[in-house]
Amino acid sequence: MDFRLTADQSALAEAIDKLAVQFEAKPTEFRGFALLGQELDKELEEGQYFDIAQVPELGSLGAAMAVERLARVPFAAEFALSMLVRPELPGEWPRPLAVIDNGRPGRFVATAQTLLVIEGDRIGLARPAANDVEPVESLFAYPMGRWKGAARTTQLSGEEAANVRKWLRVALASEASGLAHAALASAVDHLTQRKQFGRPLGAFQALRHRMAECAVLAGGVRWLALKAADTAVPGDAALAALHAQESATRIVYDMHQMLGAMGMTLEHPLHLWTYRLKALLSDLGGRGGQALAVAEECFGDAPAALSAVP
Amino acid sequence: MHFAWDAEQQTFRSTVRAFLAAHLPKDWELLAHGPASEAQSAFSRKFCGELAEAGLLVPHWPTRWGGRDAGAWTSFILAEEMWEAGEPRGGQYMNVNWIGPTLMRFGSEEQQARYIPPMARGETIWCQGFSEPEAGSDLASLRTRAEKQGSSYRVNGQKIWTSYAQHAETCFLLARTAPGRDGISVFLVPMDTPGIIVREIPSLIGEGDIHEVFWDNVEVPASALLGAEGQAWEIARTSLSLERVGIPRFALATKMLHRAVAMLEQAGRFGYGAIEQAARARATCEAARFYSYGIVDQRQHGMPTGPEASAARFATVMAERAVHEFVVEHVPEALSGGEAMLLAHHQRAIVAGIASGAAEIQLNMIATDLLKLPREPR
Repeated sequence: MDFRLTADQSALAEAIDKLAVQFEAKPTEFRGFALLGQELDKELEEGQYFDIAQVPELGSLGAAMAVERLARVPFAAEFALSMLVRPELPGEWPRPLAVIDNGRPGRFVATAQTLLVIEGDRIGLARPAANDVEPVESLFAYPMGRWKGAARTTQLSGEEAANVRKWLRVALASEASGLAHAALASAVDHLTQRKQFGRPLGAFQALRHRMAECAVLAGGVRWLALKAADTAVPGDAALAALHAQESATRIVYDMHQMLGAMGMTLEHPLHLWTYRLKALLSDLGGRGGQALAVAEECFGDAPAALSAVP
Repeated sequence: MHFAWDAEQQTFRSTVRAFLAAHLPKDWELLAHGPASEAQSAFSRKFCGELAEAGLLVPHWPTRWGGRDAGAWTSFILAEEMWEAGEPRGGQYMNVNWIGPTLMRFGSEEQQARYIPPMARGETIWCQGFSEPEAGSDLASLRTRAEKQGSSYRVNGQKIWTSYAQHAETCFLLARTAPGRDGISVFLVPMDTPGIIVREIPSLIGEGDIHEVFWDNVEVPASALLGAEGQAWEIARTSLSLERVGIPRFALATKMLHRAVAMLEQAGRFGYGAIEQAARARATCEAARFYSYGIVDQRQHGMPTGPEASAARFATVMAERAVHEFVVEHVPEALSGGEAMLLAHHQRAIVAGIASGAAEIQLNMIATDLLKLPREPR
């Protein structure tokens, strides 16, 4: 274990940060549900950031760090699956990627070049034509789309599907970490500026403690996401995704409580992070699905656990 | 940044595990029910002596004091293995974690020569005289007085919740020498000094664990003062920062969670509700583990530990809560004579958010120092 960043990781973090800073502010006139980050996407493409995981000095941990940072900006772009899942697909599949989970609308589906089609335990890959997909209006702060089910799918083997599922979990946790931290930062700003009863809201212990608990949850998600990205162990990915969805449930609710009515407006950017977190909550069977994965991957040592210490 | 153990770390962990396997008695889990009990305190003296002989008691201490400058990771791996095994070092873990290092930093030559070698040999138990009936989280309001009289001090007052007091040879005492926060001093006081009365407080957390300690006109020589008069706040902050991620509670919590799951599986009772709850608890333990590792890594590289230490502590409190609540709901027999180690864990887990500073104080620190929220008015 050594958590100091290597020179390559530091350089990457600095470059991603420099890029992200340009997209830090929500345009004041924007009042919609999904703020599209086409410029962000373009810059990531030009800088070849979607291939971070294939750079030996950076690998999937570098990709997770980038996803985590980029998810903090208010603009939505498809980078999580491109950076963390695409390198694991068998063969060449173009980005952007999107997931169709048992027929439901998904993020970036209408613009995806590759679809990951989940049906029960099976996962297939598809190259949709323009009329195979259509955008749908949604509260989730991603561009959501529906697949009409027309494209042919290439079924993955059981082993390939398990591997894709593992990296979908890492992508989910990495993105959730960034979103949760951004939502927290947004609430901190509000609690620092907004005064009631003659003092900033952030000086009330009832709110401070809730914020602190959520900060601990968000930090835990980040640790587990980065660890899973580095180890590539299925159990680590399941734990990271479960902790991400579990923590997101609490953080989304609490951050909206912190913002009060202001958080209900489309003028304030909070929903751009909380509704993305909400969109991630149902991924891969939600918390129940991740719990089953944790049980399978982490509680398989029953006989050893029954033996006496040590 | 990488998350794999290096060869040296793996070898060290294997060495500690082999030592535990060779030195813990077969019925150890029955003995481990209270880290401050008569039986375990007696055992800890024998066990720590053996650890010291094997070079495994204070490997992270400087060579001058019997260590080998092994660094924070070594110290924490050792702590993980010990805590996971039920902490056979008993109260001596405090010597190793913070009392020894605090004396190395603030002690006089005479104090260091007198107190550190017995700690390094595993021969001595200490207690900490911090909390008082009217001074818990608000430690700075403590009232126990130490009044200078010629070349000595007269100590009068009362301490409470003092762990290991019944078996301790020495107390790390906080007492007031002047008004205000800067009027608190630290004294190193032998517990057999006339005027000290120790009374055990029966509790939920195990035999011999907490006490009240009365100080009735106790004469303490001026040479017992640690550092300068009024330096206690600085000293205590150092001590508490070492203690904050001192106990790897997540290690035993994780082990006991796995054991409870195994028992349920064996009994055919690991159904979907239990699976969901167990998985959540497991993730919470893992988050606590890596939060703590983050602090250890900072220490290893000589970086100052900031408010993340409070976050690590709170993450650990959440992990302890998740696991002990899982056991209470799904393996309730653990609290009724069922499984000694699950019971021992329960008794330690319920105090996780209280011992060494209330969790709410950590939340305050996270809010102010990590999130930078406005301070509460005082």
